[in-house]
Amino acid sequence: MLGDPTRRAIFELLARHPSTVGELAQQLPITRSAVSQHLRVLKDGGLVISQAQGTRRIYRLNPEGVTALRAYLDRVWAEALTAFGKAAQTAPTDSEQEEP
Amino acid sequence: MSSTPTIPPLTGTITVDAPVDQTFRTFTAHFGSWWPAEYHIGQAEMATAILEPRHGGRWYEQGVDGSECDWGRVLVWEPPHRLVVTWQINGQWQFDPDPEHASEIEVRFTPDGPEQTRVELEHRHLERLVDGQALREGIQGGGGWSALLEQFAKAAANQR
Repeated sequence: MLGDPTRRAIFELLARHPSTVGELAQQLPITRSAVSQHLRVLKDGGLVISQAQGTRRIYRLNPEGVTALRAYLDRVWAEALTAFGKAAQTAPTDSEQEEP
Repeated sequence: MSSTPTIPPLTGTITVDAPVDQTFRTFTAHFGSWWPAEYHIGQAEMATAILEPRHGGRWYEQGVDGSECDWGRVLVWEPPHRLVVTWQINGQWQFDPDPEHASEIEVRFTPDGPEQTRVELEHRHLERLVDGQALREGIQGGGGWSALLEQFAKAAANQR
């Protein structure tokens, strides 16, 4: 779900602060309706919730956090394994590679 | 209020062009050389992360100021084929020493020929990390995951 770069960008923006569709669209190179479509996917996936505040609808990360936590760790491992794959293939057979 | 629901485990697989011994060694002895440095919990910038090569060994990060933060413990040490460690970083993004709250990461290293190794990773018992209340407060209060995600967002933005 966060493999899509635009959805990940929206997820990260909402992690910083809850926002409306318009506020998100201002910070992204896509239309409001495209933002809405991505938000719908994130909502269906349980990562994001929305609340009405007067006439505005505010989107935020799901405070229950369970799905958000899992999605976040999923990103961590995807990146970590990619980095590991590179390291494993370039590692000299038997030399120290300690950090400076 | 309600019992914590089970969270499905996370899995990942990667095949590397290296023999199984070397692959296991890179993963463990050289853990700090490949782990993405932005994923850390200490106040200080991470200098390196260390996975002690034995059953019961510590898994921890070292900050540039010399401070140390635990991440977990080595539960199973079976070089060069299998490794199980705990991940005890909770919803407040802190080490939780309570073994009841420890999630587990199992990594299996399987030769795919003499010069190739398949690495399969499973991160399970994620629900143990979710001390529900703490996680809610963490996200709503601006600390914990929220702060971490903010850090992550900045790091990701800087890479563009």
